[in-house]
Parts: sequence; structure tokens; C-alpha cells
Amino acid sequence: MREQILAIIEKNSRINIKELAVILGADELTIANELKAMEEEGVICGYHTMIDWEKTSIEKVTALIEVRITPQRNQGYDNIAERIYKYPEVNSVYLISGGYDLLVTLEGKSLKAVSSFVSDKLSTLEGVLSTATHFILKKYKDHGTILAKKYEDTREKVTP
Amino acid sequence: MRNPLSEKVVTIKPSGIRKFFDIVSEMKDAISLGVGEPDFDTPWHIRDEGIYSLEKGRTFYTSNSGLKELKTEIANYIERTQGLTYDADHEVIVTVGGSEAIDIALRAMIDEGDEVLIPQPSYVSYEPCAILANARPVIIELKEENEFRLTAQELREAITDQTKILILPFPNNPTGAIMEKKDLEEIAEVIREKDIFVISDEIYAELTFKGKHVSIASLPGMKERTVLINGFSKAYAMTGWRLGYACAPAQIMEQMVKIHQFAIMCAPTTSQYAAVEALRNGDDDVATMREAYNQRRRFLMYSFKEMGIRCFEPYGAFYVFPCIKEFGMTSEEFAERLLAEEKVAVVPGTAFGDCGEGFLRISYAYSLEDLKIALEKIGAFIARLREKK
Repeated sequence: MREQILAIIEKNSRINIKELAVILGADELTIANELKAMEEEGVICGYHTMIDWEKTSIEKVTALIEVRITPQRNQGYDNIAERIYKYPEVNSVYLISGGYDLLVTLEGKSLKAVSSFVSDKLSTLEGVLSTATHFILKKYKDHGTILAKKYEDTREKVTP
Repeated sequence: MRNPLSEKVVTIKPSGIRKFFDIVSEMKDAISLGVGEPDFDTPWHIRDEGIYSLEKGRTFYTSNSGLKELKTEIANYIERTQGLTYDADHEVIVTVGGSEAIDIALRAMIDEGDEVLIPQPSYVSYEPCAILANARPVIIELKEENEFRLTAQELREAITDQTKILILPFPNNPTGAIMEKKDLEEIAEVIREKDIFVISDEIYAELTFKGKHVSIASLPGMKERTVLINGFSKAYAMTGWRLGYACAPAQIMEQMVKIHQFAIMCAPTTSQYAAVEALRNGDDDVATMREAYNQRRRFLMYSFKEMGIRCFEPYGAFYVFPCIKEFGMTSEEFAERLLAEEKVAVVPGTAFGDCGEGFLRISYAYSLEDLKIALEKIGAFIARLREKK
């Protein structure tokens, strides 16, 4: 049941409890209890909205930053990751296997704002060895949703 | 000038759906619930295999009965889903959709005057294909009180000395009815006793919502008298690829391949390569789509219940078949008025046989969002009808 609820609300968090109950063939109370439990357990962390900022007049720049760091004694990467994720402009911080250690995604108002965050704040943190900043030029697909074009039903209208 | 036409062909009625299609296509902004194919695109990895086969220049005929690789995968699939073993070399054929398989199976088995039993409501091609094969179609009218299943008694009553074949169309288009194992066992007994054959159209086999589909061929003594038909259209959302298949005893298959060889040559090569990928790595896609259909099915059942419209619960395919007899209109009138007044297209039950009168076929091969909008409109239409009464 949890898996099914999650699969649905991952795509559509606005669906209400009654609708969930109908399409999953369960009763509303069960659904409500599951949702509440998953919120409390931190399985469900939020009900965000996906926005294509490109289509608005609001300027936003997103960058992916590869960060190489020196792990600290007893702390590993956690301490420095925390110092990074506490910045509100930081969207996400992942510990990554491979050629670098942390992948940081960052949102800023302009290229300049992002660059200065990287050079002033991120690079100067103790333990940060190097950074490489990649600016996102266009989002084709995000969170499993294709942004580049809309679905169009090209089927014949009536078929046997 | 002489009459250029065949009398037999001229007497065949054009599909009842065609007429409705013409009206709907005139209306640009109509919402249609009239489609008999999945709304999903073919999963990308399957399409990619098709594209890859083109890039590799695999653009030639395959052997008449189909790519060996594909026939082997089909045999494996039937083995793992039905526990039935077919010899990929002599008992499997790849066809141009399930429709071709129906046609060649009938032609391979029928002599002039043989009777073919066709339960209705059912898919539109059985009756004309039987006529074209010189058979005499005999209609069995399925009943709502039996949830549109075929009962042993109905079957027994329809069998005569001329009866040769029963077409068994389950999971069913348009009703969404299924035949469970116990239902099949009852009719299998009659089939063996009366020594007739079965063409089992199982194109919706992957879309059942109450246990796994059981093929009649898997019952004792039935494999040797069954032509099992399935395909890729519904399970893998591959309608446009035109690819189906049949499994049958070698004796019947040999003759089916002969007709196919002369009429068709072979099924499309690109589609066959894509289908190999579908059978090898497509199970998860099927499960995802099945779950989506099931959610929509539950939504429709709930909505009709809320509206107070009688609708038996269908456990197969992607159709519901609500009853509209209370409004005192024919299915066609109802569908035409619904289209004119609310711009929602549904298919009158009569398109699938006379006994579909009083019912509508509503497809749920649409997103929940679209279904919601359409159902609200149907609700408004019904409320108006009831008010006037």
C-alpha cells in the first residue's frame, strides 16, 4: 500500500485522500493513517511543486558544483556537508562516488551571484580542496517530467 | 459493365464504429472515451530496439512464420505464464496483429457451411472474418447477469452438428469481462464432449485485475483443440507496430502458415525485433501500465456508482460497460446525444453486436485527469435526463 501511495503522490501531491482511496481500492481512514505515519517517519519530507522557471519572468540560475574535500577525522564528510547545506541558496547536497566527493546544486539570481557564492563561501571553507561549477543551460526533463514538450494524444478518436 | 463486386463482401455490414467515428472526427474539441488502444507510448527501450534494428539494416523479410528469436521468446512467455509448452518451430506464428491471426485461424479450419460460435458483445471482426471464411456465424448472446461470461449451458444450447469452432474472446472487448479458471473448466468439458475447437483471443491477457489470466489451452485435453491468439498491442502499448501471434498444434499451424505465407509473406521485421525486447525486458512496463489501468477502473466504477448507473464490475481489458436502459433510449441515441450535448464520445454497445443494446463501451485508456473531466460531463448529462423524466 505504501509503495502505491508513494508512487502516486510522487507524481501528484495534490491528490486528496478520498481520490487516493478510490483509485487504490482502500478506505479513506487507512490512507489517512498511512500518510500521517509516513510524514512522521520522515518518509514523506514535503509536498513540493515543480515549476518551470524558464516560463516565468523570474530570473533564476541553477548550477551543479562538484566539490572535492578532505574528510575530517571522526566526522568523515558529514561536518563539511552540513556547513554547505546550511546555506539557504543551496538546493541539494549529495555525497557521490567517483572523481569528486560532494555534488552541490545551487540556485541563484544570476551567474554572478552563483559565482561569488562559490568563490567567496564554498571554496574558502576549510577542507574544500577544489570546486568545478557547471551551469544548467536548459532543463529537458526534471523529476521524471519532460519539460521540453507537452503530451499530445495523437490516437484516432474512436477505434474498435 | 458487370458488377465488379463480390456478393458476399457487399452483404457484410461495415463496422458500427466507423459511423460513429465519422461524427466524432468532425468535432474538434470532443473528449473521446472511445479508443480501443492504450494511451501509453510504447516503452522507450522497445522503440529503441526497433530503431536500432533499422540502423543495423535489418530491413529484409523474416521467415514466413517469424523471426526464430521472437518465436522462441513467445514460446518462453507462454510457458512461464500458462505452463504450456509450444514448439517454437512448428507451433508458433508471428502475425500482423491479433486480427490477422483470427482471420487465418478461421480460414485454416473452416469448410463451407461449418458453424462458428461467436459470443457477443465482442470485437467487431469475428463475424465478418467467419463469413469471409465461408462459415456460418452463430451468435451467442452473453448476459449481464452472468457478468458477460460464457456459460456451459449457453454454449451447449448453441452447438449443432455443424458447429466446428468456438471463438472465445476473453478478457473481453467491449465488456471487460473475464473468464476465470472455473468458468473455463465448465465450458472445456462441453468442448471436449462435443468435439469442437476453440480460437481463444487473449489479446488482453496481461490486463486482468483479479488474479492472473488463465488460457483455456492450459486445461487438460484443450491444447490440441485450441488456437491461442495474443499480441503486443495491448500489453506493451504497441498497436501501431501491428504485431500479434498465434500458438496452435502443428497440424493446424502448418495450414495457417501457408495462408499467411501467400497473403502476408511475413510480419513487419522492425516490429519483430522490437517485440523480442518487449518479451525479454518488458515485464515491469506491463506491471506499471496494469496498475495505472486498475486505478482508473476503480475510479470509473466509483463514479458510476455515485451517479447511480448500473455497471457490473469488469476485471479485464480497459473498458467498462455501463447499462443505460433506464433512460429509454437506444445506445446509439444516447451516445449521439451525449456527444452533441456534452461533447463526450463513447461507443454504443450495439457496435459489438445487437445484444450490446442498452450499454455503452467506455474506455479507460485515458489519464485520470481526462477521465475526471469526461465523467463530470456524463454526470451532468445524466442529471438532465433524469430531471426531464
